[in-house]
Amino acid sequence: MKRHTISILVNNQPGVLQRVAGLFGRRGFNIESITVGTSEEPGLSRMVIVTTGDEKTIEQVGKQLYKLIDVIKVVDLSANPMVARELALIKVHAEPAARPEILGVVETFRASVVDIGASTMIVQAVGDTEKIDAIIELLKPYGIRELSRTGVTAMTRGSMK
Amino acid sequence: MNTQPAALRSKSELIEKWSKPEVITGSEMLLRSLLLEGVECVFGYPGGAVLYIYDAMYGFTDFHHVLTRHEQGAIHAADGYARATGKVGVCIATSGPGATNLVTGIATAYMDSVPLVVITGNVVQSAIGTDAFQEADIIGITMPITKHSYLVRKAEDIPRIIHEAFHIASTGRRGPVLIDIPKDVSAEKALFKPATEVNLRGYNPTVMPNKLQVDKLLKAIAEAKRPVVLAGGGVVYSGAHEELLKFIETTQIPITTTLLGLGGFPSGHELWMGMPGMHGTYTANKAIQGSDLLINIGARFDDRVTMKLQGFAPNAKVAHIDIDPAEIGKNVPTDIPIVGDVKTVLEILNREAKRTDADEWRAQIAAWKREVPLRYEDSDTELKPQWVIEMIYETTKGEAIVTTDVGQHQMWAAQFYKFSKPRSWITSGGLGTMGFGFPSAIGAQMAFPDRTVVSINGDGGMQMCAQELAVCAINNIPVKVAIINNQVLGMVRQWQEIIYDNRYSHIDLAGSPDFVKLAEAYGVRGFRATNKEEARAAWEKALAHDGPAVVEFVVSKHENVYPMVTQGNTIDDMILGDA
Repeated sequence: MKRHTISILVNNQPGVLQRVAGLFGRRGFNIESITVGTSEEPGLSRMVIVTTGDEKTIEQVGKQLYKLIDVIKVVDLSANPMVARELALIKVHAEPAARPEILGVVETFRASVVDIGASTMIVQAVGDTEKIDAIIELLKPYGIRELSRTGVTAMTRGSMK
Repeated sequence: MNTQPAALRSKSELIEKWSKPEVITGSEMLLRSLLLEGVECVFGYPGGAVLYIYDAMYGFTDFHHVLTRHEQGAIHAADGYARATGKVGVCIATSGPGATNLVTGIATAYMDSVPLVVITGNVVQSAIGTDAFQEADIIGITMPITKHSYLVRKAEDIPRIIHEAFHIASTGRRGPVLIDIPKDVSAEKALFKPATEVNLRGYNPTVMPNKLQVDKLLKAIAEAKRPVVLAGGGVVYSGAHEELLKFIETTQIPITTTLLGLGGFPSGHELWMGMPGMHGTYTANKAIQGSDLLINIGARFDDRVTMKLQGFAPNAKVAHIDIDPAEIGKNVPTDIPIVGDVKTVLEILNREAKRTDADEWRAQIAAWKREVPLRYEDSDTELKPQWVIEMIYETTKGEAIVTTDVGQHQMWAAQFYKFSKPRSWITSGGLGTMGFGFPSAIGAQMAFPDRTVVSINGDGGMQMCAQELAVCAINNIPVKVAIINNQVLGMVRQWQEIIYDNRYSHIDLAGSPDFVKLAEAYGVRGFRATNKEEARAAWEKALAHDGPAVVEFVVSKHENVYPMVTQGNTIDDMILGDA
């Protein structure tokens, strides 16, 4: 079962997210993460869905998606070299004494601190899924109060579309 | 019965007529747009959210509106109309319960790829999302069972949306499209501009096949020693029956047609093996299992055809021709995938296909057909359902449009009524919807007022939409309804007998009405028959009657449909029953 990152160009119509998500649900395809936003073309949105499945399943995912009238293009990004990134906001317990150590972790991961409270800091990290997983692991001992991840957005490298 | 709309005009005439810019209501736009699509007949049921639409239809005679007695009746009738004609069936219902009553019918059409445009009203836009009276999110509810759907936000969008909806419903793999119109939109006035173009970037069905794959198939045909064609509903829907006949005559490949493919190939033909699958013929199932090349033409390898997938056509190279790429490789691994319109693909194949070198195979198949034909034990004391079907076949000379409900009678009709023309057989295959048989016949009869339309039902399914007898009576729609009454839910009884060790749980339909009296209560002629003599006499009277008629055939309770492949087994593992 391989992980696949699929990019779906859709008409920016009400209900389009429901159509795509519903299709995954009823056909038993898994969604690990989903991100949606505008694309380079007015009126079109791009969804990036991370899913797992064997070759046959991924082929069905693509074919079934194309049956939706609002789906314009489906690309399995992970079939080629790609850049995949997600953003995480991590609110970590940080008494003043612990802050230098936490800042050490933040620096190592080229993350940043975007808010400081009386006893907390919000760390913002950007990277691929593995990097985010790693910084979360390292911040856990200090006490993670709240965690919010965007899910992966991605595109292929170079001039391929 | 008068089914000719008062003023049926061509599209160009209508566009000419409405060329002057005019401000009209969304409801009037809807009616005009339907006329532009050539709609002659609409099935519907009014209610609060569609009052403006029905108000626009007051005194309107440009197309027929058939008022059914339940929304389910309306959508099954529209479905029957679509299957009989190949045109788009149209139905209208109000919001909330009106719309949800359509759900089974939408799913029925979706599973069998039937083109429908389903129009529902909704509450006014400002009330959407407030749990308003008779509000239901019908778009959300039907998303998994529609090809596409629209929530109309502005009256001016109606012409474009209707035009797109008809295009989507009737091209590619056909299917139902739902259009939800809030009440304020049907009331809103706007400038009417007929829609003439379709611009859908994400929708472009592949019609022309890939030449490489076609050549691969031609090569496989030339090499095959034991080829079989499995033809499905796609042949009927793409109007490819003549091309299929030519293909089979040229290649001399034995052919089996699925439940929805019946009528797509003349059943009297010596190369026809009958239906495959769970209640398929011995020959068709043996042939698929023994084949070295299986050519699927417009069928979707449904589980009732393949039964246990592992071990299905174990020695065959599989070719699959389908308009829907998602069907290819979905259930059965496919060696030669051909995406395209069945008729177009067959035309191309017919240019080069040659007779197969398979005389031995054809002899084997002829022997199977001779040795293990479809059969049943007839009786002189009891009326046998299979005999009733054969009698209906004879008395209608095989030329009726036959609709069925779901269950044993459906399988017997599929087995014993020998279809030779496409669109003469209307049955709910994929969803297996009880209650479909009778209202779908009303739709077929509206489309073909001069043909004999026979609706074969069980005593169970007939009671799921019996109220539509009123529609036949009031409009004099001369459907001939056969009720094969075995006083039980026969197919369930059969499974309980064979698989559940004779534990008959909740299948007894004692308490059913006197069907003759029921018919007469609605003003429809009713007959009952308990033996062959009565059966033939009653049926002939019904056929001769100038109007709708119901004939109840009281048949043996314990009859089973054979052959039967039980679940978990491969299709050559058949219970042949009796004889």
